[in-house]
Amino acid sequence: MSMFDNFDFSVLAPSLPFLWSGLLFTAKLTLIAMAGGIFLGTLLALARLSAITPLALAATWYVNVMRSIPLLMVILWFFLVIPLITGQPMGAENSAILTFTAFEAAYYSEIMRAGIQSVPRGQVWAGQALGMNYRQTMSYIVLPQAFRNMLPVLLTQTIILFQDTSLVYAIGAKDLLKAAEVAGKNYNRPVEMYLFVALIYFVICFSLSRLVKHLQARIAIIR
Amino acid sequence: MNYHWNWGIFFEQIQGGEETYLDWLLTGFGWTVAVSISAWLIALLLGGLIGVLRTAPHRGLAFLATCHVEFYRNIPLLVQMFLWFFVVPELLPRELSLWVKQDMPAKEFVTAVLCLGLFTSARIAEQVRAGIQSLPRGQRMAGLAIGLTLPQTYRYVILPMAIRIIIPPLTSEFMNIFKNSAVAFAIGVMELTFQARQMQEDSEQGIETYLAVTLLYFICAFIANRGMAFIERRSRVPGFIVGAK
Repeated sequence: MSMFDNFDFSVLAPSLPFLWSGLLFTAKLTLIAMAGGIFLGTLLALARLSAITPLALAATWYVNVMRSIPLLMVILWFFLVIPLITGQPMGAENSAILTFTAFEAAYYSEIMRAGIQSVPRGQVWAGQALGMNYRQTMSYIVLPQAFRNMLPVLLTQTIILFQDTSLVYAIGAKDLLKAAEVAGKNYNRPVEMYLFVALIYFVICFSLSRLVKHLQARIAIIR
Repeated sequence: MNYHWNWGIFFEQIQGGEETYLDWLLTGFGWTVAVSISAWLIALLLGGLIGVLRTAPHRGLAFLATCHVEFYRNIPLLVQMFLWFFVVPELLPRELSLWVKQDMPAKEFVTAVLCLGLFTSARIAEQVRAGIQSLPRGQRMAGLAIGLTLPQTYRYVILPMAIRIIIPPLTSEFMNIFKNSAVAFAIGVMELTFQARQMQEDSEQGIETYLAVTLLYFICAFIANRGMAFIERRSRVPGFIVGAK
């Protein structure tokens, strides 16, 4: 007798292609939100640190609001409001991509802000002394170092993002979790499917976090 | 933007019922607070214990504690909710399994609290461990040298300082637990997000609904933040790192 007696894992094999398509969407959502989120997040961080007060206030406000609302509510908000503004329906998948990019930008911006502040002030002065303008100082001196210092943290945030994408369940986008749910219903074996999908998430996240740890040890700058 | 505003919606009765929409939202607020606070208590106790175990000089215990943390950190919270709700009852002995599935009172609530509490305990354990490891190791040695046993050293020397050090990250974790409790909607706990979706579909006044719910979440976060700030102020030790402000 084992506690898995009532389980029937033979339904997993035929549902693999379906789960794979769900995983592909999850991966696509993660990668787009990561790229977009880091780009927008960097702009937000620069805005927060800028000397133009209204710009700094607006960026601070955006980041704080995003960070104090549950992600689920943000997903529901975007899904509700975007069609009202554009006047036409938007699919759950596209809505999810927009939501996660905008939401993650707030979290990435906090990381990039810490990264920018980790670069010694003297380097900015050195850039200015060489006659560089703001854009040049940032893009040739400060940001590359900030990015490198923060790379492990950015990747760790991306692993969290990867897990959070499962919340698109709330608007019915077809990600890995949704695919598992649908397959579970089709074969009338939801329990096996949830167990299997948890295993997939675990294996991916655990391996990625090991990789980040390894990377962290390798790229650390010895000062 | 073509939207029909109706701010009076909260005081209108729901279709075919006695309650108003405001009643729905307040019920949701109550469940959100109940789930979050109960889960927080589990998370603090278990997280504290596991965080301590991770620093204990015992290989087996430390390994078990690490497994606990890795398990809860590498599976999405929503998937964990489904695991507790659908999968765990199947793994129990037959009698117990039937009871859980058919007769257990407040099944959704208990499941959500357990799941959220364990999930948060893994995060708190990491902070407790970091807090303990941030202390100079001389403190542990000094405690042992004056004849305290290891548990006494933790109780009287290490933990009083470590806990004060981690109050700021604990504050954000306490605010997080209110946000994370939203995930409980998926297994049918009638908390704020559940009510938000329900009211939005029922009343078709989505923006007013979501604004009210978002405001209620803000209130949770604000009170959690102020409450922890109060504890932080009250627990300062004059002349020490944490009291040095």
